[in-house]
Amino acid sequence: MRKVGWLLAVFVAVGLLGWAQAGAPLVLDKPSSLANISLAVFGDSAYAPAIMRATNSKALVDHTFVRISRLDEVLPAGAKLWIPDAAWAKAFLAIWDPNRVEDLFGGGKLVVGSWWTAGGEAEGLEALFALYREHFPDVVIVNATVAGGAGFVFKAVLKPRLIAGDPPDTFQLHAGLEVEGYSPEVYLRPLDDLYAIFGWDKVFPPDLLDLMRYEGHYWGVPVNIHRSNVLWYNKEIFAKYNLKPPANWDEFFQICEILKGKGIVPITLANAGGWEAPHLFETILASTLTPEEYRGLWTGATPWTHPGVTRALEILKKILDYANPDYSAHTWDTVLEYIAAGRGAMNVMGDWAMGWFMAKGVDVGWAPVPGTKGVFVALSDTFAFPKRAPNPINVIGWLAVCGSKEGQIAFNMRKGSIPARTDITAEERAQFNPYLQSCMEDWARDAIVPSVMHGAAAPESWVVDFKDAINLFLVTRDIAGTQAALVAAAKAALGK
Amino acid sequence: MKLNPARLLLYLVLIAFAFYYLMPVYVLVVTSLKSFAEVNLYRMWNPPRTFSLESFRRALFGGMGYQGLASNILNSVIMVLPATLISAALGSLNGYIFARWQFRGANTLFTLALFGMFIPYQSILIPLVQTLKSIGLYGTIPGLILTHVIYGIPITTLIFRNYYATVPKELVEAARIDGAGLLGVYRRIMLPLSLPGFAVVLIWQFTSIWNDFLFAVTIAQNPAVQPVTVALNNLAGSFIVEWNVQMAGALLAALPTLLVYIFLGRYFMRGLLAGSLKG
Amino acid sequence: MWFKRKRDQILSVLLVLPSALAILVFVYAFIALTTYVSFSNWNRLVPDYTFVGTANYLRLFQNPRFLITLRNLGVFTGLFVGGSLTLGFLLAVLLDRRIKAEGLFRTIYLYPLALSFIVTGVVWRWLLNPGSPQMGSTGINLLLEMMGLGFLKTGWYTDPRIGIIAVAVAAIWQMSGYVMAMYLAGLRGIPEELREAARVDGASELQIYRFVVLPLLRPITFGALIVLGHISLKIYDLVVAMTGPGPGYSCDVPAYFMWELTFRANRFAQGAGIAIILLAIVSILIVPYLRYSLRREVEA
Repeated sequence: MRKVGWLLAVFVAVGLLGWAQAGAPLVLDKPSSLANISLAVFGDSAYAPAIMRATNSKALVDHTFVRISRLDEVLPAGAKLWIPDAAWAKAFLAIWDPNRVEDLFGGGKLVVGSWWTAGGEAEGLEALFALYREHFPDVVIVNATVAGGAGFVFKAVLKPRLIAGDPPDTFQLHAGLEVEGYSPEVYLRPLDDLYAIFGWDKVFPPDLLDLMRYEGHYWGVPVNIHRSNVLWYNKEIFAKYNLKPPANWDEFFQICEILKGKGIVPITLANAGGWEAPHLFETILASTLTPEEYRGLWTGATPWTHPGVTRALEILKKILDYANPDYSAHTWDTVLEYIAAGRGAMNVMGDWAMGWFMAKGVDVGWAPVPGTKGVFVALSDTFAFPKRAPNPINVIGWLAVCGSKEGQIAFNMRKGSIPARTDITAEERAQFNPYLQSCMEDWARDAIVPSVMHGAAAPESWVVDFKDAINLFLVTRDIAGTQAALVAAAKAALGK
Repeated sequence: MKLNPARLLLYLVLIAFAFYYLMPVYVLVVTSLKSFAEVNLYRMWNPPRTFSLESFRRALFGGMGYQGLASNILNSVIMVLPATLISAALGSLNGYIFARWQFRGANTLFTLALFGMFIPYQSILIPLVQTLKSIGLYGTIPGLILTHVIYGIPITTLIFRNYYATVPKELVEAARIDGAGLLGVYRRIMLPLSLPGFAVVLIWQFTSIWNDFLFAVTIAQNPAVQPVTVALNNLAGSFIVEWNVQMAGALLAALPTLLVYIFLGRYFMRGLLAGSLKG
Repeated sequence: MWFKRKRDQILSVLLVLPSALAILVFVYAFIALTTYVSFSNWNRLVPDYTFVGTANYLRLFQNPRFLITLRNLGVFTGLFVGGSLTLGFLLAVLLDRRIKAEGLFRTIYLYPLALSFIVTGVVWRWLLNPGSPQMGSTGINLLLEMMGLGFLKTGWYTDPRIGIIAVAVAAIWQMSGYVMAMYLAGLRGIPEELREAARVDGASELQIYRFVVLPLLRPITFGALIVLGHISLKIYDLVVAMTGPGPGYSCDVPAYFMWELTFRANRFAQGAGIAIILLAIVSILIVPYLRYSLRREVEA
């Protein structure tokens, strides 16, 4: 009993870390049933299946552990078991369907769907995989990525699978209303219980939690935060012409006037993917509307006939006069070549651009998009849990890794975003590059508004209409017509 | 022939067109032989300053965060060969029947088959996935093979039908007088003559199935069984595009079909000459 | 004898049956389902088969992007089919003149057929990238500059007035060799005596082509039209790899828009509507031609 009591203390300590599959071995000194062991360790015999599963998983890679074949088995003295930590055990009980006896035997796969195929994103994903393998060496990870910006191809592969009842175990999902497009009440598992068990509802910031909630439930575990409203600028050009980053649009257009005709593109723009220009427009909206008004656009509280929208369109129109004419040939990354070559001065893009600049060795300057100081237009990548995931128990560990501090630091340092958790210590923060450190500071104090082009503010159907309207505007420059189209899009989406 | 001004002009025109057709391959090859630092959109016509096969190596065996094409090429081969052979066999049989044995409604059936070819495959992805899942072939290479065979039936039938229509009626009549039935005529007369037709169909199907992306990405879920077109798309990634690796990958993925056209192209021509697509 | 004929009749139907059944299920059953979906309310991921009549079609025709894609499709099809037929025929006529190294030229004109539209799209995206005043020209524009033909430079697919035409240039490059091969085979199949006879009658070369050669090549034109037409209506890979939707959707095509509507916006019903509209276009244009050609063959 004393030995068990000591182990219990260890579990409590370990459990506080919110870690999954940390745990400890236990060698029986007398024959015992799983139910009794569970009662002794956790104070409740219901955790027997969790212990059985954890032990069997360990036994697959380490044969000193006993293989348990039945839940009601009486294990002999000297049998070595693995006692999982309390959080994981609780999660197991929450997820496990008692009809699925196969889940008690460990192993299996973890099919992870995403569109992270290259560069820092893929490295970040690999780091998460490595962490997962440390704790769950019995599971085979299948990296089911499909390339294509913003999941353009991936979603077309995933959706038929969801409908046919054959989804991956987990997949990448933007935080926010993008989840509406997956009819989560039918296809996804709500994660409220996991949030409580792993303490995520305490460690993620309330603004993010608000973003994550749809129809009153959480549907994904966020791994990072990205910022959309960043103005990148070429420091040398600014130094040469004695310029400072513009705080508002008047200063911005003054800079453009100075640079125009000097063989430099004042503001570079890309739109080959069809989303880059609408991305710019959403940051302009965040500058011409207050955070509440901006959020209201997506709930119907703010009408799209608001003069702030008109002003945003006027600003976009004026920007087009200073932008590079070949914008439709450039994706968000190729247009940054202008800045790298000293032929372009400014660009508006999310902070994944930083990764590009770093890879190219460009010392770029950054500032909030004019007029958005104090506003953080946020987006976040999360992982979701389909109801019919083929290996549900393995998903628990994955979500736990994604939500853990260790996982988030490992992932974000490679991807170039910031962790979603708020409990990052100062030394841990210092490991990130200067831009990300300043980003983390802004995240802690700025007003958070959701990005629309990256799945947070609006359901995908609306995002497509919004995008189409802005894309047409680039050519027609018709402010009234585009505003009407945006009004119609809101009406169609909100059903009013 | 003599080289008078008219002939000279003719050759010049042909060479000019040759440039038009070869220009893109030049860019492909030259870019894939450059190193990442040297690759530049604005200097695409410049030959590489230092030849580097690095991009081919990375395209084949993987690099920073992406898997190479090598294993996927094998998957493509495993998928394409049976699919091509089976759809050619089916096309031959069907084409023969439509060309020679006019049963009632044959023309309508044929028109319907051709018409069905026109539906954009994007719109039938969901029922296709559900159907394949219900017969247990979803996510497998045999499932891909079945898909390609079925959707290849109209075009292979069309090609063979037009081909067999040019076989002289007398030959068929002679065989029938000798007592050959439907299969007999096929075995004794049609099949021996089919080689040029098969050349056209096999080359055509090999190319379209090898180059297909839509069915490959939708049906082949497991990265372990994905054909090379999906791997090539993943090479592009959603982050920094390494153009030299992408172009090298594109060349490698296109190599089998390119080799088929370059070395077997004359059989394709002979097949056409023998009347396969004359109508 | 009748027994054998009867047996063969049955056998012929039996042998075609598997293919017919496969097409019935995998094409026509799916088309029927798609048609029904286009009249349904399926606008979220969860299938919803409630009948709503023509509402989806109405919304499609009110969507400016859809109308643009239809227009682009018309322009693209006209240019692609017309351009490939013309260029292919021209090259075939030129190659028919007993050229030295004919095999080499043929292979050069034919090899693009081996490439997938994705590879073609990637390369032509570079070739038709116009560059900019600040960064310099690139691609074809750079080539034109180097040859002193800089005034011919255009914005290619970055110019909304050109847009889809640039895509057509790449598509013609890919498929004209196939048309050339077909016409070359056809030309070779025309007996020289026919042409001689016409020449003896005093016809000029041009008239020979118009009145002797071209009519005999009609079946080839038919085959080429079918293949080119079906590629054109379904054009998607090339647009994705080369231009995306383009400025103001000037490069967008119905198949691309359908993809976005279905798999991004979850408007499965509207996406199905686009598919049916494309099929309707095919019915109106191709089917009469199909039936007419088949009937002519039976007569011949």
